[in-house]
Amino acid sequence: MSTIPSHLRYSAEHEWVDESSPVRIGLSAIAVDALGDVVYLDLPEAGSTVTAGEVCGEVESTKSVSELFAPVSGTVAEVNTAVVDEPGLVNSDPYGDGWLFTVEVTGEGELLTAEQYAQAQEEQA
Amino acid sequence: MSVSTTSRHTALHDEHAALGASFTDFGGWDMPLKYGSELAEHRAVRGAAGLFDLSHMGEIRVTGPDTASFLNTALVGNLAAIAVGRAKYSLICTPEGGIIDDLISYRLSEDEYLVVPNAGNAPTVLAALQERAAGFDVTVADESADTSLVAVQGPSAQAVLQELVPAEQRQLVAELKYYSAAPATVAGIDVLLARTGYTGEDGFELYVPNDRAVPLWKALLESGQGHGLVPCGLACRDSLRLEAGMPLYGQELTRDLTPYEAGLGPIVSFKKEEDFVGRTALEARKAAGAERKLVGLRGEGRRAARGHYPISVDGEVVGEVTSGALSPTLGYPIAMAYVDLEHAEPGTEVQVDLRGKPVPFEVVALPFYRRGQ
Repeated sequence: MSTIPSHLRYSAEHEWVDESSPVRIGLSAIAVDALGDVVYLDLPEAGSTVTAGEVCGEVESTKSVSELFAPVSGTVAEVNTAVVDEPGLVNSDPYGDGWLFTVEVTGEGELLTAEQYAQAQEEQA
Repeated sequence: MSVSTTSRHTALHDEHAALGASFTDFGGWDMPLKYGSELAEHRAVRGAAGLFDLSHMGEIRVTGPDTASFLNTALVGNLAAIAVGRAKYSLICTPEGGIIDDLISYRLSEDEYLVVPNAGNAPTVLAALQERAAGFDVTVADESADTSLVAVQGPSAQAVLQELVPAEQRQLVAELKYYSAAPATVAGIDVLLARTGYTGEDGFELYVPNDRAVPLWKALLESGQGHGLVPCGLACRDSLRLEAGMPLYGQELTRDLTPYEAGLGPIVSFKKEEDFVGRTALEARKAAGAERKLVGLRGEGRRAARGHYPISVDGEVVGEVTSGALSPTLGYPIAMAYVDLEHAEPGTEVQVDLRGKPVPFEVVALPFYRRGQ
């Protein structure tokens, strides 16, 4: 079973958000397992504005293309260039080196606790 | 396509589950998609060896004094011309020349062939062969449900097998030519050992009765460990065959296409005397020439063109992608596509619509990857 770290919060679209400022955002291990090996990431640019619940990028795995939804609203502060160069980091370390970007938050979407997220996944399974 | 709850299981299904495979429905079968990382599996086949369960493929045995002339009537190739022990890639077409399936036929003896259709097409091919057998002294027997097929593919495939055959068969394994098959004993199990594959690497396919499939699989996995062999799923099989420029039925080959669009014209034999199914239509298509053609596309960056993405030149749609991926071996996006003939020359610049963004690709010759390069 995929790990769901308890210190993070999660969107229904499987992004995780941490507690730092600006917040760091990534993809949950559940999402990563479902995607397979990630080969391309289209992330929002630093300085651009993202809106919670709206599409802000693309995640492409060997077999599929998925949209990336912003879990929070705000301005993108930093993009993880390492993961853009080496998208496999999303698979090998989704909660660490595989983070995607950071956002100066102006508003949050609906975010779940680890427990709520885990429960939501079980209900879907 | 059936849903997974009704998908058929191969004799090796429990082995895959124990190895942690994730499964996918393919041709009505619940098949391993991957065991871990599909990219790692892909690289194992290119660099060492991979072990595949291909038991979803069909096996149809044709026997009887008329077998060679029957297959020459039912299929587009000249099956009668191959020697005993050799295999041939061929097509079965409709009377209109449309491709029903692509298949491999092994000549096991003068009057005995093993015909291997794709999983999803196996019932259709069986029915067509049975129908076309009228008037021939042949028996068409479907052995698909009783036969397992495992493949060992990769540069180390031969070394893996050599450890498992008796000493007196090692020369046979070493000398078995590409597209040949012979009976062999692997880990004490009698198999039909074929030097065929769908990965672009050297490799073997082993046909074995279902009740011997598990011990064969386990022996190959164990013997292969020292050679870097890993179990491989259909995800990497697809990326491997794409790099090797091999068509997949349902994507590059369909009933709406003849061998001439698919670049398979040379395997249609008009020299043979039999009035094979599709002959008249295919002669006409050959004479008229195909209006579109299967080509390779090469892109830049990392974004893959995928099946059904439109292809355009100067804003006008000129074709459609059939398969595409970021090539794990080459590192750039590759795709197969049908394009109008005037845009099919290698070097032609086209645009692929990647979800609303036109991205440049170049028409290139197939295959994308050749082993030993």
